[in-house]
Amino acid sequence: MALPSGGANCLVTTSQGRRLDLFEYQGKQLFARHGIPVPSGEVADTPEAARAAAERIGGKVVVKAQVQIGGRGKAGGIQLADTPEEAEAHARNILGMDIRGHIVHTVWVEAASEIVKEYYASVTFDRSEKKPLVMLSAAGGMDIEEVARTQPEALATVHIDPLTGFQAHHARWLVYHAGIDAEAQGGVVKILQQLYQAFTDLDTMLVEINPLIWTAAGDVVALDAKVTIDNNALFRHPDLLELQQSVTEDPQERLAQEKGVTYVKLDGDVGILGNGAGLVMSTLDVVALAGGRPANFLDAGGGSKADEVVAALEVLLSDPKVKVLLINIFGGITRCDEVAKGLLTALDKLGATLPIVVRLDGTNEDEGRRIIAEQAPANVVVEPTMLSAAQRAVELAKGV
Amino acid sequence: MSILVDKNTKLVVQGITGREGAFHATRNKAYGTNVVAGVTPGKAGQDVEGIPVFNTVRDAVEETGANTAMVFVPPRFATDALYEAIESGVELIICITEGIPAHDMMQVYTHLRRGSQTLIGPNCPGIISPGRASVGIMPTQVFNPGRVGLVSRSGTLTYQISKELAVLGIGQSSVVGIGGDPVVGSSFIDIVTRFDADPETDLIVMVGEIGGNEEEKAAEFIAANVSTPVVSYIAGFQAPPGKQMGHAGAIITGSSGTAQGKKEALEAKGVRVGTNPTEVAQFAQEALAAL
Repeated sequence: MALPSGGANCLVTTSQGRRLDLFEYQGKQLFARHGIPVPSGEVADTPEAARAAAERIGGKVVVKAQVQIGGRGKAGGIQLADTPEEAEAHARNILGMDIRGHIVHTVWVEAASEIVKEYYASVTFDRSEKKPLVMLSAAGGMDIEEVARTQPEALATVHIDPLTGFQAHHARWLVYHAGIDAEAQGGVVKILQQLYQAFTDLDTMLVEINPLIWTAAGDVVALDAKVTIDNNALFRHPDLLELQQSVTEDPQERLAQEKGVTYVKLDGDVGILGNGAGLVMSTLDVVALAGGRPANFLDAGGGSKADEVVAALEVLLSDPKVKVLLINIFGGITRCDEVAKGLLTALDKLGATLPIVVRLDGTNEDEGRRIIAEQAPANVVVEPTMLSAAQRAVELAKGV
Repeated sequence: MSILVDKNTKLVVQGITGREGAFHATRNKAYGTNVVAGVTPGKAGQDVEGIPVFNTVRDAVEETGANTAMVFVPPRFATDALYEAIESGVELIICITEGIPAHDMMQVYTHLRRGSQTLIGPNCPGIISPGRASVGIMPTQVFNPGRVGLVSRSGTLTYQISKELAVLGIGQSSVVGIGGDPVVGSSFIDIVTRFDADPETDLIVMVGEIGGNEEEKAAEFIAANVSTPVVSYIAGFQAPPGKQMGHAGAIITGSSGTAQGKKEALEAKGVRVGTNPTEVAQFAQEALAAL
């Protein structure tokens, strides 16, 4: 199945408020502003720009593909260059590369580091404890899940009281228990404090440095940066709002982003519009149980107004794979008459002729059903239950 | 009986003069809920369909004896509204607002859990005790008085399952939408505990979805502590495994958060899990018949 746009954990996030994943270079720029040492570097989106960046940085550089997926190194997306010419050649190879479905549009060119040791540091939101969790390990540079599984004693963790915050004693406890080399402890303590500060100041759900390196020069430096921002908090971070950029290649997902619609493309032919993440997920399940294949996840959200329904339908109807639409609404804060009006407006505007199966229940359901019965064209059919609507939609998609 | 809201509820609605606040406060009152006050700063002295408006929650509580607050305030002001409700001393706070930052909620949650007040939500549809009181945005026509306690993370799915129950002639003692956010004031375990202690609740229906590990924790808890029978539904079997950025999350919970994982965790503890809303209603009917 297609991977969703932006957001760790895909559909999970649709029920949790969306998250904004940053590119490595964006994370490093934010780290630098928070006093966390990062190698000097520049962004480039052409081979020539990469060469110019390498010339300005001087010495050996690393050219790194900027994609929001792991395994870049193995895919050849990270290359060491001795000269600016080499940096240009590497950038030419890396730009446009497809790394597990992610096309590289940008590279980050940074000064190469002389690594003595690789550590791991992160602050994440622990959903189960409802507290921030700080983790530190001397076994960095590798898959930290593997470390947690095979040598749990190498991973030091501490929960933080969100009201009193991260204190120096937390940092000391972590460096002693993670087995950080004595000469690097001071640098790591300082970075942990700054990392926690960045975690709270930026309203992040995750800040992760893997590897956090101890260099030959004796410095502790963040060699990578993973930052995930809580979208619910973007209203107080207008600067981060600018980072919210399209990372998807898919035309429907891009359109959905522009229109602010919560949409994830799947690989079937039954287009789905519902309200509330739980009901939409349940609708996908029921369509699959009826033998059909959902084309997407689309949550029109709480309080869907006619305009929002129009925007959602525009996204769905732009997908040529969609053979039939299933609209499954259970109104609470959403009012069924608003949904019905939105459907009529969208059909008026877009002139869709594909079959549309509608199930409306809940707030103002009678009014909503009346509007559709009286005014909707013949390709719109109303079904009384979610199950019957899903079955009808699957039959129509199969041409029964 | 019922849990959390009933005829003794005296409700103050924060954000009552907004479009949604006014609409739903009025509907709650029409259902029979004792809506005693509303709050909107600067609008003291006005009224919404006869419900008096105060400037502050404290004023409202002092004047009317409100014991329950419902928060209908936009997300950027909701954190303040939650602290205001907590400090007013009301026993129960129900936060409908969607979109409150997670860091704010971590702090509110930590503060709240040091005291004895109860928070439901945020990002929840509220609570209804059919025939007694409705606090929130639920479409009341799908609920009937009965002996099933329903608890859910999803609003619309709650309505769907209640409708399926209604088709089979099954009503509810109370229905609690705990909210879909990563940090909510009350967990499945908190609400299941209340239902288990309620003599008028014979069966608990627990409605979960992908993400987090609250269903898995509840499964353990139910097996060890709950004598009332439980049936469950989990949404999201068709959700594709997503990319995950960073690896810290999976380490902590030790749980995949998938629908299949949750279903297996519940079934391992003897909780039947329906594959769709219609089937879970049938399971509920069978469980009630077996009592």
